Amino acid sequence: MSPAAFDPTAPLTPSGNLRRRRAVSRVAEYGATAAALFAVAVLGIVIYTVLSRGAGALSLDFLFSGAPTGIGPAILGTVMIVVAATVIAMPLGVLVALFVTEFAGERVTAASRLTLDLLNGLPSIIIGLFVFALLVEFKTQSGFACSVGLAIIMLPLVARGTQEVLLLVPGNLREAADALGVSRWRAVLTVILPSALGGILTATVLAVARAAGETAPALLLSSVFSGKEAIFNFFGEAVPNIPVTIFTLSEEGSPDGFTRAWGASLVLISFILFASLGARAMHARSLRKMSS
Amino acid sequence: MSAVTSSRWLRRAPDRARSGERRKRFDRVADGVLFGICALAALLSAAVIVAIGYQVIHGASPAISKFGLSFIYETTWQPNFGVFGAGSLLFGTLVSSFVALAIGAPIAISIGLYLSLLAPAGVRGVIGPLVEMLAAIPSVILGFWGILILAPFVQGTLEPWLHDTLGFIPIFGAPETTGASIFTASLILTIMVVPIVASISRDLFLAVPREVQDGASALGATRWEVVRGVVLPSTASGVVAASLLGLGRALGEAIAVTQVIGAGAAINASLFKTGDTLASRIASQFPGAITELHIASLYYLGVILLVIGLISNLAAQWIGRRFDYRRLAR
Repeated sequence: MSPAAFDPTAPLTPSGNLRRRRAVSRVAEYGATAAALFAVAVLGIVIYTVLSRGAGALSLDFLFSGAPTGIGPAILGTVMIVVAATVIAMPLGVLVALFVTEFAGERVTAASRLTLDLLNGLPSIIIGLFVFALLVEFKTQSGFACSVGLAIIMLPLVARGTQEVLLLVPGNLREAADALGVSRWRAVLTVILPSALGGILTATVLAVARAAGETAPALLLSSVFSGKEAIFNFFGEAVPNIPVTIFTLSEEGSPDGFTRAWGASLVLISFILFASLGARAMHARSLRKMSS
Repeated sequence: MSAVTSSRWLRRAPDRARSGERRKRFDRVADGVLFGICALAALLSAAVIVAIGYQVIHGASPAISKFGLSFIYETTWQPNFGVFGAGSLLFGTLVSSFVALAIGAPIAISIGLYLSLLAPAGVRGVIGPLVEMLAAIPSVILGFWGILILAPFVQGTLEPWLHDTLGFIPIFGAPETTGASIFTASLILTIMVVPIVASISRDLFLAVPREVQDGASALGATRWEVVRGVVLPSTASGVVAASLLGLGRALGEAIAVTQVIGAGAAINASLFKTGDTLASRIASQFPGAITELHIASLYYLGVILLVIGLISNLAAQWIGRRFDYRRLAR
């Protein structure tokens, strides 16, 4: 009896080759799902480790007093450094984005986009070397130098994020402004920027979250400190900061230091995760507002 | 706002024609000023790149004039004797980054496929952000976790197992005692590369038009065959560009690698030996470098790193540019 005989009553089930193809497809699907779960598991393990080991170190004393018991000065220093970096990078980033979306022609836009991408792809240690040569060599490390380094890291992030929201600003808003005879600068300041504000803030917060954990520039630009007391001489002295504190403690290799490093990691990672989650929520909200 | 201003103008100058004239002139100046500062900011961002190139090369100049190009392949690095060469560091950089990419790219592309084609909408909205969150973990924390948690596991479990099963291949040599090795560094770099490549490739796969995929399914292709025959071929150049961007990230990572790679000096065939990379050597020795030549040599490492980084970035841009969404939509 030949297998090709057609039996109209047979149920439609796969056989032979088709079964194999189905199985391959099934395996591929499981593989992709497993990869995604694996990445989430790695994130879970890292965060769980930081939480479980860092929670023991946390106390009011740890958060507010200086080394060797706490990391108060480092927290304060990181806040100062990141705030100063934001003050430098945010206006510059917004201006660059404005230039690209409002003024530049196609070729200038392409050139500017390439610049921002290259800047974004630069290893942060190179930026550290650059600012070291610019501001620290023959002088002294300072919190300000670290801020400049972080600002260079933040600039492309702010500019690209702002650019994306500026492109989302509805065209009829611009046209309405033009039709009312509003000049360019007035339209930018009173119509375009306000409606893009949510997106600009999102981009800035994401850039802050990225900059707060950058260690390579801080190691070169602001790492010579005792961590015993807060430093307010922002322009003339190295300012204690969390990333360098974690790095030095992790290289020292004493169990007591490790505990403090886990505590500092917990402080840093919770700030960063909350900032990125907040930015994400803000982004979703501003997108909804923009589209309605 | 505009009404308020104009009434103030009116009060100050009853002659409306003249006030309009003045306002127009003011607007023209203000437009010019706004354009000026925006252009200045854009120029500044371009100038920063040029200045970075200049300063790093300038800082390296004593080492460049002393060692010349042989610095790139010489493998001796002895600060006490004033002899420097980047050979073993270049080797460590390339090996650790390529191993990271070899492990990370397939995982990341699978994640991209899962997020774009397989996952139900609700799950996608949870797992997508979680994978991106992986990129937000600071490298210093990842490195610290690497020394204390990952390295013992790698040294005690993973490396012996790989050595026992695949030990006939020289890259899987006998494990070291500490767990600090090029392999551990590669695993840490994998964790950093995966979210970058995954989120870009997810966006690429989402851009593949639905109709083309449905057409393939209608012809009887299974889900994997749709991916294999339609989705991957039409996004191949974009996926390569994404991987190159990930490679660029891995090449330049300094801190986490310093923490787990063990600062070895020699070139070893085995991945389980210690090594060092360009970026991590800068991070570990720059703060303590005293002699001018030592500092200049570290800057020279920076020059090499800058060149490799720019090449991988520009290649990613170039390949990515050839990937055109419009070609897909047609």
